[in-house]
Parts: sequence; structure tokens; C-alpha cells
Amino acid sequence: MIEGPSNLASTLKETPSQTAGPYVHIGLTPTVADVAMRVADALDVLNGAGERMNLEGVVYDGAGAPVTDALLEMYQLDADGAPLWGRAAADFETGLFRFQTVRPADPFVSLLIFARGVNIHLHTRAYLQTDALEADPVLSQMSEDRRSTLIAQPVDANRFRFDIHLQGPKETIFFDV
Amino acid sequence: MSDRPFIPRDRDWHPPSLHPPYRSTVKRAPAARPLAIAPGRAELSGPVFAAETLHPLDHDLIANYAAALGVEAKPIGERLIVHGRVLDENARPIPDCLIEIWQANAGGRYRHVNDSYLAPLDPAFGGCGRCITDGQGRYAFRTIKPGPYPWPNGDNEWRPAHIHLSIFGHALSQRLVTQLYFEGDPLIALCPIVNAIPDQAAVDQLVARLDMAKQAPFDALAYRFDIVLRGRRQTYFENKREGG
Ligand SMILES: [Fe+2]
Repeated sequence: MIEGPSNLASTLKETPSQTAGPYVHIGLTPTVADVAMRVADALDVLNGAGERMNLEGVVYDGAGAPVTDALLEMYQLDADGAPLWGRAAADFETGLFRFQTVRPADPFVSLLIFARGVNIHLHTRAYLQTDALEADPVLSQMSEDRRSTLIAQPVDANRFRFDIHLQGPKETIFFDV
Repeated sequence: MSDRPFIPRDRDWHPPSLHPPYRSTVKRAPAARPLAIAPGRAELSGPVFAAETLHPLDHDLIANYAAALGVEAKPIGERLIVHGRVLDENARPIPDCLIEIWQANAGGRYRHVNDSYLAPLDPAFGGCGRCITDGQGRYAFRTIKPGPYPWPNGDNEWRPAHIHLSIFGHALSQRLVTQLYFEGDPLIALCPIVNAIPDQAAVDQLVARLDMAKQAPFDALAYRFDIVLRGRRQTYFENKREGG
């Protein structure tokens, strides 16, 4: 199967993760790094069928400081079942990230978090407050306290706030999916 | 547990979240281990990227930045081909994977607003590229060899020469971001980011091998780096159709 000078052993194991580091933007959002290429060629598809929605927040470290080098990816299905995916870089000063998308078909959107000091990316879910939450198989296993880390707070009609805490009493629940 | 279709991630093979010698992990590592759950229907799929959406020079870091800016010069440094295959843990090649890479220039400097290392920027080098694997899971980039660079980690440390890679399989569960190192680099063994990986065999898997057969004569040396993404459990694969 493997011929030539491969870096793989005969028993295949998943390639180990390494941190995305502080310069992740060069590769994944070059214009944020101020690399003047692909200005019009982002691969994001966030505009789908359904009601418009803004999802925003800050990733906080264990000292309560915003993680200003974080890069997030969002994935969901829209009202027609079409996949929507996009990236948002935290603001270099405030740490604020923002996705301009539509309300998901499921009760939640999936978020992946990459940053310096994060050796393997973190996978979480931002749930939107709906009647469907009581029946959700993941949330229904959790205490009220724990599940609150996964629920985005409405700011106004189509704007939700979802802060992510990497450590501490409000540590966000991260998943192995 | 057939409601978890992918082979579980071996968290003892990956670097743990907390590795105090890599200081940035101390305030950023979650205390809890990730909670194992069955994927939602959205998490069984993932974004789909079409090769036609990419520019023909996207995989060529020797040329892509200079072409975008209309610069005549070529980047300084050792010219390389970095190539390999993307397989899953069941040894099946994965076609249509988006691979994005980013790296420092030959002097170890990143073209990033937040990098102030004293080595100069290269006017002909941007440092990012992307491509999509072919029907056999193969990919190839042209680039220059990145330089090592110093970084603050309490004291001064040096990163071995490395290329950052971001890879998408076909499901969110296969997402992977990692770094590629170069065979023979003495800085690999000294790096606290590399040494977060507990098993030397796992470190070896991140070391690209010199591949003289794939060189471009009188042009570029070649390194081979094969990538493995999570695979589906065999029982699930046999018992149910994809996405079933
Ligand atoms: Fe780096």
C-alpha cells in the first residue's frame, strides 16, 4: 500500500495534531494577517435558506483574558439542509468573533476553535434557545449548570452572544464527536 | 456504539491539552476531557470544496504571491516540492480533501501583522497555499523551505523548520490541523510544542521524508508527507451505507 519513503508506519494512526499557532490567519484568513492575496477568494458559504442571524462572542482563557489570536470555524445545515460553513478570526484587540449566517435547521451550530496554546482543536456547539432543547439527546444528559455553557444568549431579535471559556467555573463543554 | 461512526480519537496519541513546558497551554487547556457524544446529522457531513474554485497557482507558494502582486522577483530559499497522500485509518485514499498550508519564509519570518522577528520579509513570498486531493488522495505543493525562528516561551526557544497544515476530510469529525517537520532537523527534539506529543512514533509521523525520486531536476528537492485522517469503524461501514 505505502511505497517509497513514507512517514507512516504500517499500522495507520491518525496524524497527530499540532497547534495552529498565532499566525494561523496567513493560511486560513490571509487578509486578516494582511497578506494581500485571495482577497475575493474566501471559501466561506454562510448565506443560506432561513432567517438571518448573527452569532458573536469572545473566547476567554483561564485568567479571563480574551484569546485575541483565536480562529473559529462554524458548520451547520440551513433550512433546506444545505451545508453552511465559514471562518471568523477573533479581533486582535478585543477578541470578538462574529458569524453572519442564518438560523440552523438543528437546534445548534457546531464550532471548532483553533489558537496558540491549543494543541488539538476544540469542538463545541452553540445552541439557540428553542423548545427543541428539552428533547436534545446531548443537553438532556446534563445538569442545568453544565448545559448553560452551551446556550447562546439572545442580544436582540437576530443576534446571539456565545462566549467560550477555555477554563474555570464556566468552562465550556467540548466534545469528542 | 454504532451511533459513533468514526474510530474514536486516540487522545494519548495526540498531544494533551495541557503541556506546561509549552507555556501557552497553561491558561488555555480545558480541564475536562472532551465529552464523547454521537454526532448530530450535520456533524456527519462537512463543508465541500470544489477544485474549480481554486486558482491554478494556489498550490505554488514559489509563484502565487508574486503573481498576485505583479512582482517580478522569485522567493529566496531552497526550492521544494512537498507531496503525499491523504488516507483514512482504514487505508482508503480520501479524494477531494482541501489542504491549506502556511509557513515562514526562508529567514523564519511570517508575513503576518503580528510577527516582528528581525529577519526580513521576502518581497516575493506570501507563505500560504492550498490544494484539493485528486481521486487517489494525492496532493502536491511547490514552496521554499521555511527557516527556524525564535519565540518567547518564558525563555527563548527555537521552532524547528515547519509547515502548518489544515486538512478537511468529508466529515467534521475528520478535521485536522497540524505541522510538518523535515527529516534530520536537530531542533525537532528540542521543541516543547513537538514534545507535547507523548509517543516518539507519533512525532516520527510528523517528519516529512526526503524523496529523491520525486525531485524536479535542476529545480526543486522533494519531501513526502502522508496524512492520515480518522476512519469509520469497519463494523459500521459494513453494516450501514454511508450517511445511513
Ligand atoms: Fe509556525
